[in-house]
Amino acid sequence: MIGLIYSRRTLIWLLLAGTTVLSWGMGHGAGFSDSRFASSSIILLAMIKIRYVILEFMELRHAPLPARIVAEVWGGVLCLTLLGLYWHGMGVPT
Amino acid sequence: MRDVSQRQIDSTGMPVTRHLPGEAGLWVFIGGDVIVFSLFFAIYIYDFGLYPDIFHASQAHLNHAFAAINTVLLLSSSWFVATAVEAARREKGRISSACLVAALICGIGFCVIKIFEYHEKINEGIMINTNEFYTLYYMYTGIHLVHVLIGLGVLAVMVRVSRKGVLDSKRIFLMEGGASYWHMVDLLWIGLFALLYLVK
Repeated sequence: MIGLIYSRRTLIWLLLAGTTVLSWGMGHGAGFSDSRFASSSIILLAMIKIRYVILEFMELRHAPLPARIVAEVWGGVLCLTLLGLYWHGMGVPT
Repeated sequence: MRDVSQRQIDSTGMPVTRHLPGEAGLWVFIGGDVIVFSLFFAIYIYDFGLYPDIFHASQAHLNHAFAAINTVLLLSSSWFVATAVEAARREKGRISSACLVAALICGIGFCVIKIFEYHEKINEGIMINTNEFYTLYYMYTGIHLVHVLIGLGVLAVMVRVSRKGVLDSKRIFLMEGGASYWHMVDLLWIGLFALLYLVK
């Protein structure tokens, strides 16, 4: 049981829970005076969290390379799309 | 089908050879679902730019504490499920089963909190047709809640599988598939939490 708890998986869970608190703080004005930068950081953090769920919990880190590449490309494209649409909506030409 | 129990594992218990957990067909389903939610996310951010005042005002009414607790609950359930699969690979059926029950409890907790959240909104007279924000809020969280309920059924099946004597390669394969579905439910919520509750 100890071997199951002291694992990379547990470390990732702690980091994911920690970044949830961090995102929550940023969503409530902590760290940024400009909410646009806070929101962009929240989107970026969410995509990083999603990447780690995919790689560590869904075990795509150990999947055949094409599956991992598809997941990584999807994550990158989605992140850029969301950030692009967000800044476009905020009136900044993208 | 590969013999999972015969595969070499490293010091962390992970397979040394590259392997896709569960059925390949399940991954096609997961991929499709994730793409649909990606479109949901993009539509939400686009609409956010169109109606910023409505979205800001509506977001302020949401119960952020409920959503943050739900995020931690789903992350914890994912940890329990991943640990359950690992325990099954190490032929520790009882630990695997206990972890799955814990994941199930976290999932039920998520649903209970979600129902409280909906109840709060409906009591305030906030419905799906109140404004553009709440149309997306109810639609996206509702579809996600259906995924959670299906996931709870999957977890219940996994508990039964983990309790049935020797965990052979076929059963581990089944558990890997169920676990992958549950983790997808978790990752979709991570996106929803960030967009619906936190992005301003």
